[in-house]
Amino acid sequence: MRITVASGKGGAGKTSVAVSLALAAGQALYVDCDVEEPDGALLLHPHLTWEEEATLSMPVVDEGRCDFCKACSEACQFHAIMVLPHKVLVFDKMCHGCGTCAFVCPQRAISEIDRSIGLIQGGDRDDVGYIGGRLNVGEPMATPLIRQVKAKIPQDAPLVVLDAPPGVACPFVETLRGSDFCLVVAESTPFGFHDYLLVEEYLRELSVPFGVVQNKGGLGDDRLLCHLEKEGIPLLLSLPYQREWSRAYSLGVPLVEAEPSLSEGFLELLGTVEARL
Amino acid sequence: MKGFKEILVISGKGGTGKTTLTSSFALLPPEKVVVDADVDAPDLHILLKPRVVEAQVFMGGKAAKIDGDKCTQCGICRELCRYEAIGENYRVDTAACDGCALCYFACPQEAVTLKEEEAGVWFLSQARSGPMTHARLHPGQENSGKLVTVVRNRAKELAQEDGYSLVLIDGPPGIGCPVISSMTGVDQVLVVTEPTPSGQHDLGRVVDLARHFQARLQVCINQYDINPQRAGDIEEWCSSQGLEVIGKIPFSPDVPFLQAREKAPVEGDGEVGRLIKDLWEKVLEGE
Repeated sequence: MRITVASGKGGAGKTSVAVSLALAAGQALYVDCDVEEPDGALLLHPHLTWEEEATLSMPVVDEGRCDFCKACSEACQFHAIMVLPHKVLVFDKMCHGCGTCAFVCPQRAISEIDRSIGLIQGGDRDDVGYIGGRLNVGEPMATPLIRQVKAKIPQDAPLVVLDAPPGVACPFVETLRGSDFCLVVAESTPFGFHDYLLVEEYLRELSVPFGVVQNKGGLGDDRLLCHLEKEGIPLLLSLPYQREWSRAYSLGVPLVEAEPSLSEGFLELLGTVEARL
Repeated sequence: MKGFKEILVISGKGGTGKTTLTSSFALLPPEKVVVDADVDAPDLHILLKPRVVEAQVFMGGKAAKIDGDKCTQCGICRELCRYEAIGENYRVDTAACDGCALCYFACPQEAVTLKEEEAGVWFLSQARSGPMTHARLHPGQENSGKLVTVVRNRAKELAQEDGYSLVLIDGPPGIGCPVISSMTGVDQVLVVTEPTPSGQHDLGRVVDLARHFQARLQVCINQYDINPQRAGDIEEWCSSQGLEVIGKIPFSPDVPFLQAREKAPVEGDGEVGRLIKDLWEKVLEGE
């Protein structure tokens, strides 16, 4: 079973919930897809056993063969290649590595090389596996790295918990692809609720089954709970705001270790999700 | 020569308090143009209550469309596509499609067309704080960086035409394309962090990114009292990097209390409001 843990708003508690869910369940794989700000390892503290460079292909033009016809620059949808009278410029950060330029080149003057966009690391902590991506600073596109991180997930992994980036744009969508269920972590504050609704709207559009974990309850109001009740959306867990829990997080201690009694709630949540699917 | 200054508030990690601070700065003098550059999950409008003056559709990238009558299911496009965007039924998964056009060029039947997609809407508004530009990227869309550039450009135009001295930008989380688009060419960057391992780690990454640009960098530690020791570590790290920590704000229940009433912290009479006013003074001093 694959569960994506999402939240519209950043800082709602995705990583806390995802790490705690994996730890409580055991025999699980935690996958950090928030490659722009990968923070899961700071809570899970996995023992890293492997590391691989993530790459994206980019064109190299053989200027001996090139006749500067501009077919490549006209075909490129991302303005990543520019043909001057006697020179071709490639803008690596704009290149999506799609291979269109090489395909259309009538002179077969374009080959592709790999350039590094980030790192993929793996390891484990007891019976919880870890895979995470780290986008190089200055690299604009998270999506290709997320795709490569997900390709590392073993087919036979029983429970996979994917920690998504905040928001509902393309990096979130890439994380969500292929998941059986989406767990949305939300705060019942004006910002938290507003951003929750963005995720809900999109999950409904995609018909992905989902449920909600309320975090930092008591700091806001009851607008989230009222909404869930009215819409018949399952509230799978409600976590109150506790200063000691914030403190534990600030020390890098996962929620279920700061408060072991919460394991039960996470296991119950998992049972409910399984029963729904 | 531009006659105004652009200040960006950013954090790397989400939820550290960017929008809480920006909404307060927006309501303090001087009068300014405010930009919500978190076009994916914008929240600033909740507190600043903009009245829309001008709304425009944002056309994003393209997506492929296969004409089922022309398609012979030869498989060439499926084999070439690097995004696994073409299903066994030869339908295009538009969320996966990058709009690269490879299938369009490769199809021997000329069955593929590329359609430009509406990716969002953007607005010029009159908010409680004055003029504001903001946007809403449709869910699942890419090109958020381009949309950030659009709202920033409109704000700059306005600042130039109407003589505002300041453009204040609320940035998106992360370090990817929308963040890069928010940072390009700004004069000053305030990084909001928190004393947690992730706050500290993400501060390092966003500072690294900001160093690619020429902007002046300042740091503020929000909710520093959650872990004063780690806050101290962050201060030490900042000073070793030549970065100025210009403010430390404690956790206060006033902030969520006021926010639930759709007010910014400076609209209450608590201590946090005063500290944020002091912080803003220091941001403005940052010449």
